Amino acid sequence: MRLADKVVKVRSKNAGPFWVTIDVFCGAPDVLAAVSAQLPAERVAALYQQPVETLKRFEIPDIFALKFSLPRPVVQGSRDDRDMHGAQYAVLLAELELDD
Amino acid sequence: MTRVLVPSGVLGLGFDGPALMRGAQMKPDIIAIDGGSTDSGPFYLGTGTSKYSRAASKSEWRQILQARALAGVPLVIGSCGTCGTDSAVDWMYKITTELAAELGQTLKIARLYSSQDTAKMQAALAKDRIAPLMPNLPIDHDLLSDCSHIVALAGAEQINAALATGADIVLAGRTTDTASIAALPLARGDHAGAVWHGAKVAECGALCSTNPTSGVILVDFDATGFEVQPLATGAACTPHSVSAHMLYENSDPFILYEPGGHLDVRNARYKALDSACVRGDGAKWVVAPRYTVKLEGARMVGYQTTILALLRDAHYVRNAQAWADKLHAFLTARITERMALGPQDYTLEFRLIGANATLGSLENRQAQPVEIGVLGIITARDAAMADEIGRMINPFVLHYPLTEDEELPTFGFPYSPAQSDRGALYEFCLNHVLELDSPMDAFRLVVDEVGP
Repeated sequence: MRLADKVVKVRSKNAGPFWVTIDVFCGAPDVLAAVSAQLPAERVAALYQQPVETLKRFEIPDIFALKFSLPRPVVQGSRDDRDMHGAQYAVLLAELELDD
Repeated sequence: MTRVLVPSGVLGLGFDGPALMRGAQMKPDIIAIDGGSTDSGPFYLGTGTSKYSRAASKSEWRQILQARALAGVPLVIGSCGTCGTDSAVDWMYKITTELAAELGQTLKIARLYSSQDTAKMQAALAKDRIAPLMPNLPIDHDLLSDCSHIVALAGAEQINAALATGADIVLAGRTTDTASIAALPLARGDHAGAVWHGAKVAECGALCSTNPTSGVILVDFDATGFEVQPLATGAACTPHSVSAHMLYENSDPFILYEPGGHLDVRNARYKALDSACVRGDGAKWVVAPRYTVKLEGARMVGYQTTILALLRDAHYVRNAQAWADKLHAFLTARITERMALGPQDYTLEFRLIGANATLGSLENRQAQPVEIGVLGIITARDAAMADEIGRMINPFVLHYPLTEDEELPTFGFPYSPAQSDRGALYEFCLNHVLELDSPMDAFRLVVDEVGP
């Protein structure tokens, strides 16, 4: 089952020109626990082809959310950038297959 | 206690007009709105211009000036004209003077300038007063010369210096998203942690509510916390909508750096006061040992011409990547042969819309699309070269065959001319902070009175 089918929302956005941040709103504590266990920093870093050392991972239990922030693979608006606002990065995580 | 009325997350995006006028009658102490961001890309800082149309900005600013007159309180806009350069502040000043005449208002206006002088930045760099943030970008004397604009982000101290002039309106250059909301409550002694926390919640207007596009919200700051409510009919703030906003466009959901310190919301609590209003408290403001302001800079890195071709023939759709690769190799040789240009002069890239144009090498899905858009992007040292390369490749992008032994194909060009000259390309090139002895050292204030 894809992450998107398990949770309420997966979104991403620039956090300034040099970072992109991805939020996963799980909607309930049991969903957060299940999803969190399957999304270690290593797996998310590999998905975005970035070193795990610079990936920040947060759990925000009060709102049943997970958050990942990473230096943008390409700087916002530079010649090689394809997604000015960074909002499409979320799709990769949303489509990631997780165990049921 | 301080009451701040926030008309919208940014000037130019629209807001609920009746809600704003309602807010103006609820005795706010100040009206604060943001005018910019880096989020639309480096072009605006590179050129010192606004992303939003002048007409939209003026129309919204007119309503806000009317609300201000009704409330009889100061009005602050941070990051004027998207990028917050001096030119963008002056653009906003011109709009304000026109409106003052049209509305018959006499206004004392403070302009707070955030643009930085290249030589002063180079001197600061030489004195180790500029430090990198993560990710650490290279910086040297020449890079600072290359920047078409450098701005420093003003914080609450600079906004308060502008308010202290007694201005009716503060037109601020680049400012942190939160500072124009946080300034007055801090000056009046409200709880610093709660002030920055509430300002972060309110900085995108009604994005912290259940009706994000309605714009208008009201925030009350006091000795221990803040209370936030949207003013559009039917909109509500809930503990979830408010706390979720700490995640928005923020790489760390618990810590937010500002000039002079940082906000820590790890122990923050949220409580619904009624069906639409939320109270937050428990946040902490931590003063930094040194006073620093963040720098932003953009430099021009070339000129672009683009060309778009459409592949609908199923054979070409199936083989689009191979076709684009072959075409690229052919054109590279052709450009060298005919124009004597190499990789130091230009780059040419084809992005396949329908295959992986959005994610590039990160894309992990494959599907057979109905058609493919081939976006060719030329980036060259000067505009004439980019244009000339566009003209050179045009007939091949239109007709290049996948194999030698087939009839010459002709692809779809959606318009004439097929190429679009995009002008200069800019990139963000500073991710640094500047240390200051006194907050106003890197900022300038100009105050005057305008009217009919």
